[in-house]
Amino acid sequence: MAWTKKLLRVNLTAGSLSEEALNMEWAADYIGQRGLGTRYLVAETDPKCEPLGADNKLIFATGPLTGTAVSTGGRYSVITKSPLTGAVACSNSGGFIGAELKSAGWDMIIFEGKSPTPVMLHIVNEQAELVSADDLWGKSVWETDRLLHDKYQDPQMRIAAVGRAAEGGCLYAAIINDLHRAAGRSGVGTVMASKNLKAVAVRGTRGVGNIKDAARFMRSVAEQKQVLADNAVTGQGLPKLGTQVLMNVINEIGALPTNNMRAVQFDGAAKISGEAMLEPRASDGKPNLTTNAACFGCTIACGRISTIDKTHFSVQNKPQYWGNSGGLEYEAAWAMGADTGVDDIDAITYTNFICNEDGMDPISFGATVAAAMELFEMGVITTKDTGGMELKFGSAKALTWCADQVAAGAGFGKVLGLGSKRLCEKYGHPELSMTVKGQEFPAYDPRGIQGMGLTYATSNRGACHLRSYTVASEVLGIPEKTDPLATDGKAGLVKAFQDATATVDSLGICVFTTFAWTLDNIAPQVDAACDGDWSVERLLEAGERIWNLERDYNMKAGFTGADDNLPPRLLKEAANSGPAKGKVSGLDVMLPEYYQLRGWSKDGQVTDKVRKQFALPA
Amino acid sequence: MQVTFKLFATLMQHLPSAAGKHAITLEVEAAVTPNQLIDRFSVPRSQVHLVLVNGVYLAAKERNKPLRDGDVLAVWPPVAGG
Repeated sequence: MAWTKKLLRVNLTAGSLSEEALNMEWAADYIGQRGLGTRYLVAETDPKCEPLGADNKLIFATGPLTGTAVSTGGRYSVITKSPLTGAVACSNSGGFIGAELKSAGWDMIIFEGKSPTPVMLHIVNEQAELVSADDLWGKSVWETDRLLHDKYQDPQMRIAAVGRAAEGGCLYAAIINDLHRAAGRSGVGTVMASKNLKAVAVRGTRGVGNIKDAARFMRSVAEQKQVLADNAVTGQGLPKLGTQVLMNVINEIGALPTNNMRAVQFDGAAKISGEAMLEPRASDGKPNLTTNAACFGCTIACGRISTIDKTHFSVQNKPQYWGNSGGLEYEAAWAMGADTGVDDIDAITYTNFICNEDGMDPISFGATVAAAMELFEMGVITTKDTGGMELKFGSAKALTWCADQVAAGAGFGKVLGLGSKRLCEKYGHPELSMTVKGQEFPAYDPRGIQGMGLTYATSNRGACHLRSYTVASEVLGIPEKTDPLATDGKAGLVKAFQDATATVDSLGICVFTTFAWTLDNIAPQVDAACDGDWSVERLLEAGERIWNLERDYNMKAGFTGADDNLPPRLLKEAANSGPAKGKVSGLDVMLPEYYQLRGWSKDGQVTDKVRKQFALPA
Repeated sequence: MQVTFKLFATLMQHLPSAAGKHAITLEVEAAVTPNQLIDRFSVPRSQVHLVLVNGVYLAAKERNKPLRDGDVLAVWPPVAGG
């Protein structure tokens, strides 16, 4: 049990809805959320389909532990084919709507086809209906959220929506739920908007009570919450300073990508760090950070709730941004800060608010602006292209202007909304795009943290830190310290992180639990909640199966081993300062060993032997 | 000799108020070790997790080796992110 064993299928072309039994044979192999959602995507879409066409599907999937009492059990994922990368997309979000969907009695929603006019899906427990969203189209996520709460007069209704960025065709548009949590990466919001689907509003009151052994489950949950509370990272570090504590750490070790990855250390890092968020500002004596926040069921509470200095140029005449909202988190602060050379924490907080308000991935947005700034400084992009704005590294005015432009899909914002790869191709310098498979890098330079180079190159959704966060081992010493500058052993480390993360992402819990938990802590909770016997070995096998399923989908979509690569800058231009000075990524050393450990061919294809081992679909 | 001592996150409070936000430049005796500086500023050893010298990680057993002139010692409690 733990699954509701029901999915909601929404045919947007026909405007019809139907209830289906969840395929429990697949659930036994792929668990839920990321794994099971991908299994449905593989079964129901052509990997070569046009991502923004009616043939692509958009899947909201919870895990078996979503909505239960387990710590962090509020996660859901959005699975589709990405318009940014052409690869499988799976974007994971917290907040509350995942648990609400489960509590309404649904494991999953599959959207197919394309609505002829804007619609939203309204769910109250087993009742679901498509409702016209003509009045919401053109509105931001925040405005949509307010209008829907006004309309339905239910403060506990949970809403996920796309904003103007997605409607305008921004290829890295996010789906924002609960105002400032995001299924952020790979343009899942763009797919949602392409289907004329503006929002999903959910109210669930049934609860998730279908636990296999409820008494054992609650004992196990209580024990493991204690582990999180006792751990110095999940019990103290993350609540106090959030992910932003990494800004100074990664800068000190010389792996903070700066100015479109031309450098690996940023002089302004301290000014945009987690520590800086605590400093009282001159204007009103208040710090940027107001408080921390937790998603559904979370006992870590790493989230940040912040304010912008009311006297800052970005909001001087915009009182709607004077209140508290979500952010900054490390990845966003890095992309819009160090990578663009901007050390103005209020400007970055503002652009982060805009990313949430209008649904943009701040990593891809910031990295794309960074590429545009490099092209501007080279004289390739000029003020004629931008309409007068000077896109100089370090310019807070340029950064905030870019955010407003992309959010509105206006002017040069249309070009920035294409992402770094297409932007750099358009201006004749594809080598300056810091992407893998078309997706922008996150906040760790692979020259200074070697395992992350292999992580990015082999990530099934394009460059991403959350597919195998070897930073935990290479920098933070979790579960054990490895040398960030060494390539030895990194192939095995990356594979182990990839498989374990695929498992965690399929259960309905947050990967941040793994700073304290291993699968030894997770398996007893799954085993008490879910049908069947769930050992660590079975969970890991499922993770490896999911990884191979995603890889197989990408290969069928047309990717090859040649796409497991990094931009030439990271392979040829050595780091210019810090401990990694003189180093490039050792991807060429790690990749063959990785393929071997995966059991793939020398050119990176999933072999028939592996396909048979995991009973992958033909 | 001169070294720079940096404390971050919840350890910042152990720097003297005259110090910069995270860092203080110190005139120290030759052969001073990271552990000696950590103790000198009353940083509880139980809170010392990530120790870097010039950005390079020092395992616990290496923290009694002498620092050199110009070294930057940076210390964090247990932290993580992503």
